[in-house]
Amino acid sequence: MNFAAANNQSLADISNVLVYSAMAVYTLAFVAHIAEWVFGSRSRVARTAAALSPGRRRDADASSSAAAPGSGPAAASAGGTDVLERPRIVTRSSAAGRPDVPDGPGAAGGDVQGDTYGRIAVALTALAFVVHAAGVVARGLSVERVPWANMYEFSTTFSMVVVGAYLVLLATGRNVRWVGLPLVTTVLLDLGLATTVLYTESDQLPPALDSYWLWIHVSLAIVCGALFYLGAVGTVLYLFRDRYEAKLERGGKPGAFATSVMERLPASASLDKFAYRINAAVFPFWTFTIIAGAIWAESAWGRYWGWDPKEVWSFITWAAYACYLHARATVGWKGRKAAYLALVAFACWLFNYYGVNMFVDGLHSYSGV
Amino acid sequence: MSDTGTGSSTDSRNGTDPADMAETRVTADAAETADAAEARDAREASAQLSTTPEQEQSEPPNLPSLGVIGWARWFWRQLTSMRVALILLLLLSLGTVPGSLIPQNSVDAAKAAEFRQNNPTLSGFYETFQLFDVYSSVWFSAIYILLFVSLIGCIVPRSWQFVGHLRARPPRAPRRLDRMPAYTTWHTDEDPEQVLEAARSTLRRRRFRTEADGPGGSVAAEKGYLREAGNLVFHVALIVMLVAFAAGQLWRSEGGKLIVQGDGFANTLTQYDDFRAGSLYSTDSLDSFGFTLDSFHSSFEPSGPQKGTPREFRADVTYWEGADGEEKKAAIEVNRPLSVGDSKVFLLAHGYAPVVSVTDGQGDVAFRGPVPFLPLDANVTSQGVVKVTDYRDAKGEKDQLGFQGFFVPTYLPGSGQMASQFPALTNPALFLTAYRGDLGVDGGQPRSVYQLDVEKMKQFTEKGGDPLAKVLEPGDTMELPNGAGELRFESVERWASFQISQEPGKGWALGGAVAAVLGLAGSLFLSRRRVWVRAVAGPDGRTVVEMAALGRSESARVPEELGDLAERLRHAAPLAPARPEAVSTASPDSPEAPASPESPASPARTDRSAEGAGQ
Ligand code: HEM
Repeated sequence: MNFAAANNQSLADISNVLVYSAMAVYTLAFVAHIAEWVFGSRSRVARTAAALSPGRRRDADASSSAAAPGSGPAAASAGGTDVLERPRIVTRSSAAGRPDVPDGPGAAGGDVQGDTYGRIAVALTALAFVVHAAGVVARGLSVERVPWANMYEFSTTFSMVVVGAYLVLLATGRNVRWVGLPLVTTVLLDLGLATTVLYTESDQLPPALDSYWLWIHVSLAIVCGALFYLGAVGTVLYLFRDRYEAKLERGGKPGAFATSVMERLPASASLDKFAYRINAAVFPFWTFTIIAGAIWAESAWGRYWGWDPKEVWSFITWAAYACYLHARATVGWKGRKAAYLALVAFACWLFNYYGVNMFVDGLHSYSGV
Repeated sequence: MSDTGTGSSTDSRNGTDPADMAETRVTADAAETADAAEARDAREASAQLSTTPEQEQSEPPNLPSLGVIGWARWFWRQLTSMRVALILLLLLSLGTVPGSLIPQNSVDAAKAAEFRQNNPTLSGFYETFQLFDVYSSVWFSAIYILLFVSLIGCIVPRSWQFVGHLRARPPRAPRRLDRMPAYTTWHTDEDPEQVLEAARSTLRRRRFRTEADGPGGSVAAEKGYLREAGNLVFHVALIVMLVAFAAGQLWRSEGGKLIVQGDGFANTLTQYDDFRAGSLYSTDSLDSFGFTLDSFHSSFEPSGPQKGTPREFRADVTYWEGADGEEKKAAIEVNRPLSVGDSKVFLLAHGYAPVVSVTDGQGDVAFRGPVPFLPLDANVTSQGVVKVTDYRDAKGEKDQLGFQGFFVPTYLPGSGQMASQFPALTNPALFLTAYRGDLGVDGGQPRSVYQLDVEKMKQFTEKGGDPLAKVLEPGDTMELPNGAGELRFESVERWASFQISQEPGKGWALGGAVAAVLGLAGSLFLSRRRVWVRAVAGPDGRTVVEMAALGRSESARVPEELGDLAERLRHAAPLAPARPEAVSTASPDSPEAPASPESPASPARTDRSAEGAGQ
């Protein structure tokens, strides 16, 4: 073993230590998130219930349809107090379905202590992300190439990108703290799986993978998957929250636990919009990912499309997301039906990643497992 | 479909044909009139904002008298509806699933054959449904052809419609601007004409298409046509890709050729080891070229857990185009094929070819040359046969010889097993047994050069009766008993196998793909929206400015943009307090609008806030 190799080995060891450390910090973040939710449950806000109880609902309808010019909710609440620097924009939601249901206050539910834990959780997540990213970079340095050529590397990079995307959304002021707990939970699962089942010693690339399309195709696939994942979390929560709102609307009375959790989530319309925006924005990139893969396949195997299982499942995922986008444009399929399609599409993505690599033989035999 | 819900859904609530609802119609219920007028207003405002078809009724026409034409029309309407497109798309993705789980003839014929052998009953069922050839099966083709037809039937009318939209002017401002998803208003001391002029130039600068709105004192503007264009481009690009893919399948050709270092290849059908082509392919379309394999290089990970993993494969070749074109050098690597004309030459596999010489019973050289052995595992343990057709035994009788066995590039002496330890050529060894008899090569039936059919052959044995078998290192000789001759293992050559493929339509497919991505980006990242500005003299003598925006889909960016525009316009038309005595409506040209009793007198409130700003 020459000196360079020894150096690389120690870098690989450092990378492993970093990934384990990141897992430790994610665990702390997980605990802090739980604390946030637990303390948040002390608050007893029920704004959704207020907005949706059948009696109230009629009032809301009546007042909104009879409102006179300039009396949109925003203008009315503006009153005469604030100095109007610029013309005030009155928005009125014309979305069919429920009248404006307010977004929940977030996991902390307005509880001060809960909020403190929530902030700690975000800080810990950010810290874990830094350690995690360092681990991925060290891995990349140790193999002198991009750190995504086998399933271990793919998984560690994938969860890193998910957390990164979440932090970027937070940093740009989006209301996404509700993603925190499910996110950290899955990241821990993903890293746990990566370090145990999927672990592969660091090594250089076989020639078949040595192409700059590896950069483009695989990194895009990871980023798309990470964002699709965020979209899927939004969709799942949408389905729960939608059921909760529907129940309230029918005059039903959800259980105390459901009320406590659901009240703190954003309104179903907001969750739906969040999921749609992400999925729609990622779709062109996913399309490009497949095209990049086809170009690579053309130069590596002599055909750009050969119905290899990995190709087939990328196509299925793509078609499923296209169905979802079509469904949103078709009246009868909006809402829950479209949401189920989005989940099916994400399940296809997951199967393409785990299932095809592990259970189906094909040309994409780089899983290293 | 417009996501705003202000369009068709509102119409249907009224249950009457919207065209009936002329504004002059007198209805007993004043609120109903306002509602109806409002609905019509809103519908007009969002008309032609998209070419998405309305959702058709799904019931078949219930008049039996419709006849064939009626039914055909109904069927066509169904086929080209969004819902059926959605279902077909779902079916297409479902249809590809079995193809990824069941071995496919087109992907790996050997594996499909093996599966059939192991599961005879299941295979019968699979055969019935063409599950070994999913991608060329009747049912799969039916799905995509239907989808294809649906796509064309959907896209062509929409494209025409879109051309119409491009020519159309933005629709005039609805009477009640405050009913639009984003709205703002203020008072100013500027003249209405000046405000409108400023509004127009502001909107123009933001590249809105603007339209002065008759005598009503308003400006209508629209932007984001590229969204619809993007959507159409995307769908048309799908058609292009599909056609290119189909053409590629029909006219493609693909062949394999194994070449020992130093040998050459000319691109004619007879030279191929195996050859496949699409159904419309003709042999005259083979490109005329050839190449020789000058040398083959490989390197492997020497140690560590991934010992033996390939690091580099490179075939250095000399190639020429045409019958006797100029010779050029090139290197073919795994991800770097050689392009000649329309063809591409890919490096597919590599292996070793032991060079052996066989001397017959008469002492003559019966065979000499490299014999490619085919790799069985990652360490290139290889299997092969040496066939000697032109042989005479010790008595001078004509016969044939066959040697069968393994070659390993790295032999571990004393291990007792013929499994290679490493893929590189560190300690090569050849392990052979020998047969004599009829090789079966003269029977006219094609036989694999890599397999020995020993049915009509007899194995050479040692004195004790055991089969003759020997491990040879380069330079070693294997003596056949009773002076039947000998085989000498001289050296080892490398071979590489190539795939030469020609697939027309690649450029079209790529072009379509690029257009699809660009179209998608346009369709998903842009939004089409309308902005209206109205400026009229209020009863107090000041000008009331109103602005409203409507997007094709509800988006946070529409109000944001409106705020921005309003901010700009405010420079040309500064806020001024409304005169306190003026408690009028803010929509002076819609006299019938705000009469409902519950309506709070909020214009005053808005005005008051404006007042605050003005001071
Ligand atoms: C090969 C199959 C198809 C695929 C992969 C596909 C994909 C897509 C995608 C991804 C979108 C979303 C873009 C957007 O929201 O603006 C879309 C929109 C649309 N597609 Fe398709 N499509 C296909 C076939 C069809 C067919 C057959 C029709 C006609 C019935 C159709 C009609 C539409 C329409 C009208 C929209 C616009 C929806 C809107 O404006 O929101 N598509 N398509």
